[in-house]
Amino acid sequence: MITLTIDRHVVVVPANTTILEAAKTVSVEIPTLCHIDLEGTCVKSNPASCRLCVVEVEGRGNLMPACATQCRQGMVVHTSSPRVLRARKTVAELILSDHPNDCLTCSKCSDCELQRLVRRLNCRVMPYNDGEHSLRKNEVTDAIVRDMNKCIYCRRCESVCNEVQSVGALGAVGRGFTTTIAPAFGKMLGETNCTYCGQCVAVCPVGALTERDYAEELIRDITSPDKIVIAQTAPAVRYALGEEFGLKPGASVTGKMVTALKDMGFDYVFDTDFGADMTIMEEGAEILDRLKKFLAGDKNVKLPIMTSCCPAWVNFFEHEYPDLREYPSTAKSPAQMFGAVAKTYWADKMGIPRDKLVVVSVMPCLAKKYECSRDEFKVNGNPDVDYSITTRELAALIRRSNINFDSLPDSDYDKPLGESTGAAAIFGTTGGVMEAALRTVYEEYMGKQLPRIEFDQVRGLEGFREATIDLDGFELKVCVVHTLSNARMVMDKLRAGELNYHVVEVMACPGGCIGGAGQPYHHGDSSVLRARQRAAYAEDAGKHLRKSHENPDIQKLYAEFLGKPLGEKAHHLLHTHYFDKTIH
Amino acid sequence: MKTLHIEDLNKIREKAQAALVLREQSDSASSEQSCGLACGAKHMQLLCCGGTGCKASSSHKIVENLQKALEANGVADKVEVVTTGCFGFCEKGPIVKVIPDNTFYTQVKPEDAEEIVKSHIIDGKRVERLLYVDPKTKQHVSDSKHMDFYRKQVRIALRNCGLIDPENIDEYIARDGYQGLAKCLLELKPEDVIDIVSQSGLRGRGGAGFPAGSKWKHALAAKAEKKYVVCNADEGDPGAFMDRSIMEGDPNSVVEAMAICGYATGSNYGLIYIRAEYPLAVSRLRVAIAQARKYGLLGKNILGSGFNFDIEIRYGAGAFVCGEATALVHSMEGKRGEPRMKPPHLTDLGYMGYPTNVNNVETLANVPIIMTKGAEWFASIGTEKSKGTKVFALAGKINNVGLIEVPMGTTLREIIYEIGGGVKDGKKFKAVQTGGPSGGCLTEKHLDIPIDYESLKEAGSMMGSGGMIVMDEDDCMVSVAKFYLDFTVNESCGKCTPCRIGNKRLYEILTRITEGKGTPEDLETLKRLSEVIKETSLCGLGQSSPNPVLSTLANFYEEYVEHVKQHKCRAKQCKALLTYAVMPDKCKGCGACKRGCPANAIMGDVRKPHVIDPYKCIRCGMCKSHCKFNAIHVS
Repeated sequence: MITLTIDRHVVVVPANTTILEAAKTVSVEIPTLCHIDLEGTCVKSNPASCRLCVVEVEGRGNLMPACATQCRQGMVVHTSSPRVLRARKTVAELILSDHPNDCLTCSKCSDCELQRLVRRLNCRVMPYNDGEHSLRKNEVTDAIVRDMNKCIYCRRCESVCNEVQSVGALGAVGRGFTTTIAPAFGKMLGETNCTYCGQCVAVCPVGALTERDYAEELIRDITSPDKIVIAQTAPAVRYALGEEFGLKPGASVTGKMVTALKDMGFDYVFDTDFGADMTIMEEGAEILDRLKKFLAGDKNVKLPIMTSCCPAWVNFFEHEYPDLREYPSTAKSPAQMFGAVAKTYWADKMGIPRDKLVVVSVMPCLAKKYECSRDEFKVNGNPDVDYSITTRELAALIRRSNINFDSLPDSDYDKPLGESTGAAAIFGTTGGVMEAALRTVYEEYMGKQLPRIEFDQVRGLEGFREATIDLDGFELKVCVVHTLSNARMVMDKLRAGELNYHVVEVMACPGGCIGGAGQPYHHGDSSVLRARQRAAYAEDAGKHLRKSHENPDIQKLYAEFLGKPLGEKAHHLLHTHYFDKTIH
Repeated sequence: MKTLHIEDLNKIREKAQAALVLREQSDSASSEQSCGLACGAKHMQLLCCGGTGCKASSSHKIVENLQKALEANGVADKVEVVTTGCFGFCEKGPIVKVIPDNTFYTQVKPEDAEEIVKSHIIDGKRVERLLYVDPKTKQHVSDSKHMDFYRKQVRIALRNCGLIDPENIDEYIARDGYQGLAKCLLELKPEDVIDIVSQSGLRGRGGAGFPAGSKWKHALAAKAEKKYVVCNADEGDPGAFMDRSIMEGDPNSVVEAMAICGYATGSNYGLIYIRAEYPLAVSRLRVAIAQARKYGLLGKNILGSGFNFDIEIRYGAGAFVCGEATALVHSMEGKRGEPRMKPPHLTDLGYMGYPTNVNNVETLANVPIIMTKGAEWFASIGTEKSKGTKVFALAGKINNVGLIEVPMGTTLREIIYEIGGGVKDGKKFKAVQTGGPSGGCLTEKHLDIPIDYESLKEAGSMMGSGGMIVMDEDDCMVSVAKFYLDFTVNESCGKCTPCRIGNKRLYEILTRITEGKGTPEDLETLKRLSEVIKETSLCGLGQSSPNPVLSTLANFYEEYVEHVKQHKCRAKQCKALLTYAVMPDKCKGCGACKRGCPANAIMGDVRKPHVIDPYKCIRCGMCKSHCKFNAIHVS
């Protein structure tokens, strides 16, 4: 253990503790900007480049960055000496001098880490603001908007894109004052192997990286008298949306959310959880199908089967592992299954022509925006899901619609596409899809009820988790990964023939959809993700029905319309195929 | 490849020494009088500078022509033409030195070759017009050791530059080359080698002056399956070219030193990180490495000692920041050339995650001779804390521009007035800038301090890699600071805020001041911002980039004040602050200025004094150059 002095506190910390971490233990909060550490996940970036966390260490000539300076025995640290305060403020002023002065209209206004910091440092003048601004390329894609003039060059996005996601679409380009974060060779993001996972957006402290906002399209459609607009809300939205209205992370606001959507003018509000149950019906059947073939000695069966709900993951393997694209399940994502069924089964039932029906998905995700634009999810150019908005966009729309969210009464989802089970409720967390699938696969395979419904082995936040399930003597080996660097690890092993699993779940975002790029910003606080994860499992535990195949509306849908899982109709509506999208 | 043993090495040395002895002896002989074959010389050598500077002035053509002339005159068997490295006196290049009479021909052109051969070699008459003229005595000086430029120099790092053929390893061996390595491998333990380096007091010549022995010790202590020795040849200071000269003139000294360092630190892999803009140095290093490999001085089981070591060359794209060791390692790894926080030090976590010892070229060039001559010998040269010599690239408003090597502790006055021959054109000395863009400007009052790492730092500058630029009264110190900031703004990697944005803002403020738009508050801001950039930047680049501003503010504050208060530039460099006026008493009304003015700013009738409209005047100076009567006054 190391003893040091920070301001007036004597601190005892283990070796390899940074001054920043040590200071936290005595409630000294040193300001940071580039630093991010989503503890418990692999999201960590510590370039020590913003220089806002500088502190004075006695005996050292220069000021030291607290985030990257290790504590040493007997160190005496001053975190707010006049010299430190002057330096810190000057550095903040320098950042401001190359940052557009448009906070009032910035989409990150009031949720911006730079803004918060500047307020905290009491910057009241901008002494260098008549200087030149570094002009950088901007870009609008289907999912991500880059306004690089707002970039403060903290490089969190670069770190996430390269180290956490191993995609490497973004990197530092150029040097000196005009350095920018961009794809290499002057390309635009849309021309690269970007998966639209949006984790760059999730960690951007300012408004440089944001989601493509579909609010205006949505308002236009809602107010259009000849359009029927229906909403579907993803599992992970309901226990994150409350954060936007000051509620604690993990607070479940399902009922209020449904009311708000109806108040906003949606004609029907349904649940993507219904789509999730459908996914399990299809994916579960596919797992069983491949397992049976495998057990019958079929050498060509593609195992492991991999989940396919996550559109960023789909983009990832289409770009990087097109040779292995036979392995993932062909089941569409729950949102797309929902869209396909809504625009056929439900629309027919209701007598609504396809071109009058607008399906809007509310998602924790940015890649879902891109997914909507995929040609294979369109019928004669009309998409199954017209567009996707994020949890954050929904919150903004609720505020705009003069709705006092706190005092809203609860409402139920509309029927029949609103009924769901506990299995669907956990779809939003890493391990959730696997557990939901296992519940159904077990009972279908064994022909008997699960003795214990929870599969604790696949729960948690570790980047890689594995479990073995005893299916009457057959050992079903499964693994769960989240973040694309872990997915890459799994795919590399698969390519090398060293992956010994039967089922693999992949989610691109840290924590799964609970950490999705469309969620309220976590600002590097991993307790937010944990709270959302707890909420997902709590919702599952509180449900009467907890296995997808027990959902009565699902059973009815198959009986009335789809036939059997993997049947012809189901195959046509609920399954997709993948492409070789290698980027050269 | 057979193993070369020490006996074989000694044989090569003996054999090659014959040619070298002539050169070595002629340097100590007093040979002002006779010259040429006619005077009895049996064997002669013509040394021609093959450095980048002289090559740019066609020195390779001189070599060609000399050879042709020798053949044409039938003396090619008696006279040998040798291409050497840089002699250092670049102001007077290309240089041809005649051995054994030690005649030093300056500013030789290819067409002079014939005359040198005919007159000097055959007829025994020196070509007077090509001799150096002492600016004080106006006398011809034929022997370089009698020139002020060379008299005070002590050449250790440059010991072989201008003396041996850098593409012939035998000549290096003749100069006791690879004896240091042999001693280390055959007689010393790695710890002993490090002790010698530590005792010699050798410090890093790349800028920071970190004791080389301590670094090696740390590298030796690091436990890893693999370690690396890296030679930092990413010389980036504007105007500095000592590392290039060493690599071009004596590449084997670097190769040998790296092998010694490898042995001392327990590394078998050497990497030279060199900018691709140094093609000649690259090719000479390649030759040296290939020749060393051929002899078995690189490779497996060197000199039968069981020690393996080999060297690869890595190319940099010329970013200044890649001279910073962590950025250099990133660049070698194929990553963006950006520094990172230390610790972990490179000797713990370096190239590809392995312990890596990075030394600069000049530092390494000192190592072999320390091994052969001993730590005491090296430590006897220099000052208390800075041992040995330092190479400086002397430039700016000085008579003798070139590369010099002096013992630590030599004063700036000795360098500028004796070696450098004083300020050009008899102008008044104003300042000397040391340490390149990271250094500062020193004044008259600093001229007598003995130069070493500490004294320069104390005076507000630094040793840096050894750039030395002399300025005279025509230099505006605000513009000088701006010039260096322009460099650092362009060369900043952009990683940390203070360096990326802070230097840009400093540059903008300085620009404003030179344009006459500065305010007294700007001076305060300059100082505050400079201090913050220094104390908060991530790497040495940002931590030192405001030095030119701070040192000029400290030493030339009144010039800044003149700029912002009186809007005056005493050096008349800041165009925007100049006023052009016609002196009516001198103006003849010829109209030449009016016709020459591109801005139509001059009015006046013929034979009557003209007038310049200050609002229209663009201060281009055309009127002044057109006026035959010196009637244009600039203030």
